[in-house]
Amino acid sequence: MVIGGILVITRRNPVHSALALIVTLLAQASIYLMLYAPFVAGVQIILYAGGIMVLFLFVIMLVSIERSMKERQFNSQWVIGIIAATALGGLFIAVYTKGRDIFPDGPPTMMEGDNTQKVASLLYGQYMFAFEIASLLLLVAIIGAVVMAKKRI
Amino acid sequence: MLHITTLHYLILGAALFLLGVIGVLTRRNVVIVLMSIELILNAVNLNLVAFSHYWQGMPARFGGGPSALHGQIFSIFVITDAAAEAAVGLGILIAFFRNKETVNIDEVNLLKW
Repeated sequence: MVIGGILVITRRNPVHSALALIVTLLAQASIYLMLYAPFVAGVQIILYAGGIMVLFLFVIMLVSIERSMKERQFNSQWVIGIIAATALGGLFIAVYTKGRDIFPDGPPTMMEGDNTQKVASLLYGQYMFAFEIASLLLLVAIIGAVVMAKKRI
Repeated sequence: MLHITTLHYLILGAALFLLGVIGVLTRRNVVIVLMSIELILNAVNLNLVAFSHYWQGMPARFGGGPSALHGQIFSIFVITDAAAEAAVGLGILIAFFRNKETVNIDEVNLLKW
């Protein structure tokens, strides 16, 4: 997954980056399966790798890539970007080595047979309001995307 | 044999987050910047699901137990949110490309003084 991530940010061809991101998303779905979350793994594969990445590939095909592949690849402020990312990485290392003992041994393995039922009972019970708001958000996003990409409003 | 605790998942999430941040700050192509933002959101999702798995092993008097799947539900909402934001961002990209015929973010300088 980390190799997929490195390939996403370093490839010159954006189609290669999109394929590396698909590989990263599939690897992440397998890690969700390791964490006993099969519903989230299924949602990730169907929505993320099967919906969002197809949208990305459509837009990459619409936007011409031959001219952009011949230009310079990295930004004009990449030095500051690397410095900022190193500072963030140092912060992560400091936090994770200080709090290493908070989490004891891994929890006992549990069955995942009725994970979907439990997710559904929580999603339609306690988080019903957030569910409706998420559908409203998707409606707004659809309208926004259509308005942004029209030729004449 | 290394026992995989929650900390290993958190470190993996932090590594993916760092890669996404480097991608956002460094690349010139707008599409690759948007894909790095998706990497960042994936790292956050990994953290959420790892903590939900940790909570499932805790006793019920802390709020844990086998049906404490709040992290997984949060991550489903984050995936939905990422889909909406990717759609709108790519719409903006198409509208911008129609005007200026380039996908470099160095040339998005119409509002510069």
